[in-house]
Amino acid sequence: MAVGAEAIFGDSVVTTKLDSAIGWARESSMWPYIFGTACCAIEFMSIASSKFDISRFGAEVVRFSPRQADLMIVAGTISYKQAPVLKRIYDQMTEPKWVISMGACACSGGFYDNYTTLQGIDSIIPVDVYVAGCPPRPEALIDALMEIQEKQKSDSIIKDRINNDFKGQLDV
Amino acid sequence: MCSCFEEKFKGLYKKDENDIYVIDQTFVKAMITCLKEKDGFHFLADVTAIDYSKFNKPTPSRFAVVYILRDKEFKNVITLKTFIDEEENGLLVESISDIFFSANWAEREVWDQYGIKFLNHPNLKRVLNHKEFVGHPLRKDYPITKGQLCTKTDDLMDEMIPALEKKGYKSHDDLMFLNLGPAHPASHGTIRTFVALDGETIVAAVSEIGYLHRGFEKSCENHTYNQIIPYTDRLNYCSAILNNIAFAHTVEGMLSVTIPERAQFIRVIIGELSRVIDHLVCLAASLVDMGALTNYWYLYNPREAVYGLLSKLTGARLTNSYMRIGGVAHDFYDGFEEDLKGCIKEIEQGMGDTLALIEHNRIFHDRSQNVGVVTAEQAINNGFTGPNLRASGVAYDLRKTSPYYFYDALDFDIAVGSVGDVYDRMMVRFEEIRQSISIIHQSMKILPKGDIIVNDHAIALPKKENVYNNIEGLMNQFKLTMDGVKVPAGEYYGAIEAGNGELGFFIVSDGSGTPYRVKVRPPCFPAMSALPSMLEGDMIADSVLSLGSLNIIAGELDR
Ligand code: SF4
Repeated sequence: MAVGAEAIFGDSVVTTKLDSAIGWARESSMWPYIFGTACCAIEFMSIASSKFDISRFGAEVVRFSPRQADLMIVAGTISYKQAPVLKRIYDQMTEPKWVISMGACACSGGFYDNYTTLQGIDSIIPVDVYVAGCPPRPEALIDALMEIQEKQKSDSIIKDRINNDFKGQLDV
Repeated sequence: MCSCFEEKFKGLYKKDENDIYVIDQTFVKAMITCLKEKDGFHFLADVTAIDYSKFNKPTPSRFAVVYILRDKEFKNVITLKTFIDEEENGLLVESISDIFFSANWAEREVWDQYGIKFLNHPNLKRVLNHKEFVGHPLRKDYPITKGQLCTKTDDLMDEMIPALEKKGYKSHDDLMFLNLGPAHPASHGTIRTFVALDGETIVAAVSEIGYLHRGFEKSCENHTYNQIIPYTDRLNYCSAILNNIAFAHTVEGMLSVTIPERAQFIRVIIGELSRVIDHLVCLAASLVDMGALTNYWYLYNPREAVYGLLSKLTGARLTNSYMRIGGVAHDFYDGFEEDLKGCIKEIEQGMGDTLALIEHNRIFHDRSQNVGVVTAEQAINNGFTGPNLRASGVAYDLRKTSPYYFYDALDFDIAVGSVGDVYDRMMVRFEEIRQSISIIHQSMKILPKGDIIVNDHAIALPKKENVYNNIEGLMNQFKLTMDGVKVPAGEYYGAIEAGNGELGFFIVSDGSGTPYRVKVRPPCFPAMSALPSMLEGDMIADSVLSLGSLNIIAGELDR
């Protein structure tokens, strides 16, 4: 037996919590920023194309301006030379924002354990989901995307998302 | 082949056991000028250096600089080497960047990696490592894992201001400066081009690379030959298998082994398939840059089909590591031929659909014709190879000039352009896809039966049943895995025609299972160094097309 607004207006209204409404909006329309540098970015092209079709998850509106994006996908090797660029772009994204680290290189430097490569982007920016693989299969990235959606769903707008505790190597 | 040179400099050079001309450092410039002007060596493939400090044989001095040139027919290769004495003002050798444009960046790289200075070089600064980097990483005494944090990106004004002055701009108050990249959707990876704009016209441009420098060459120095193959996958990751082939082919050249015929044909078939999918990505991306998004689906989906075939064959979609020194990793699976036919059908369909949309399309023509023009002469001087060179009208293709793997027995044409603009570069690639498909069909018809890897346990791993059932097989497996393939001592340059052009490896072996030095000659590197000069005078929207049509792949550009 419906009560309140639903009792009066019937099926034409839905009452819910603000958190769930916003969470639903967020998870259904992620705008990713692809920080694609290397081979993993080619795999991202597959995810965006017809067979895997990222738009099934509401995330096909790829933005190349960090100011318009809320999900950063770091796809590829990040060298020391690239690190300040990555940090700058991450900082330009507005809250709320999420980060997927795609592939062995972004997660840990991969098999480039040498003088050029940052041993994991989490020493520069905070990461929400890590995806293993070199390169990960498209399904693995889609799985990561769904994990981010889970996070968005369970988040509350009252909570301050900004992770002030994070201190990266380039934070002064 | 270089008679004038040999006559003029008689007694001033020595030919060593690797057929390399060892010359005195004071004559470098004179000799190379003579080779270019008198003997027709008009193409500089690469400049590199070697640090002999840990070498197992004594050498006249610690560092040597190596020059690799090709002659007019692109057939003969000449390699020059000069040992460099350390003087009080450091390691110094005369620059040849005024003779060959392609030497400009190559010499900068040698300076960056080895700290060898080039006298009279117009702009000797680091090219791969970042500005704050201290030391020279490819020197043998630089620890491989010693990374150095970079806190700030170079503003490039030190290069931009002279570039503007050259153009006659005293002040730059009316100009707008813009960074295209390194994180820009049209920058194809991580390439940065810094431009000065007057309205929408580019008046001066400067490129910066190295954002994807991953230390490939240093990593090679502590891996065995077969362990390097996965690293080569990630050079030009759009056609991983062609890189595998280039590397394996070079090492096999050093070992003087001929791989079984079946393996050769498998390399041709899968190699050509890789070339096709490489061109597909380039074309798809270029058309997206032009705003023709539909073609992306047409051209990319066939690539997806090829991924299916490759993952069945090699276990991986993109980074296949399918080659081994001495042959290939697996034979074709049952039903391969049907799958291949299916893929080719999809490729032809996608290409047909795309061409139907663009071939007679006015917008496409207007945007691509006479944009980013490179003449044949410039292209050779710039060090272009592959489709980029052929688009300028030079019919240089290693599959024809120095055929390997029965390419001389196969019937195919070299596609050439006439203008050298974006249009030609794209259309040459379309035609090459057709030619590659024809090569695949021909090879499938004559594919012989037999082994897929040499039957020599010093090179190839033994069969698994031998490893499990007898001690000899077990020992072979163990030794080969632990020590690697023992490659005879020597210095060798080998190259094949990869997706983007001449992909060469210069390898120095000290006789062990690990190379002493590996230098890649990536086809992108010279192409990229010429980009700024191509952009100047063009509109900003065209710069994206020029870059896209060169098909710069950051992985092989920065290594
Ligand atoms: S994880 Fe592997 S595929 Fe991805 S960028 Fe690194 S090397 Fe390339």
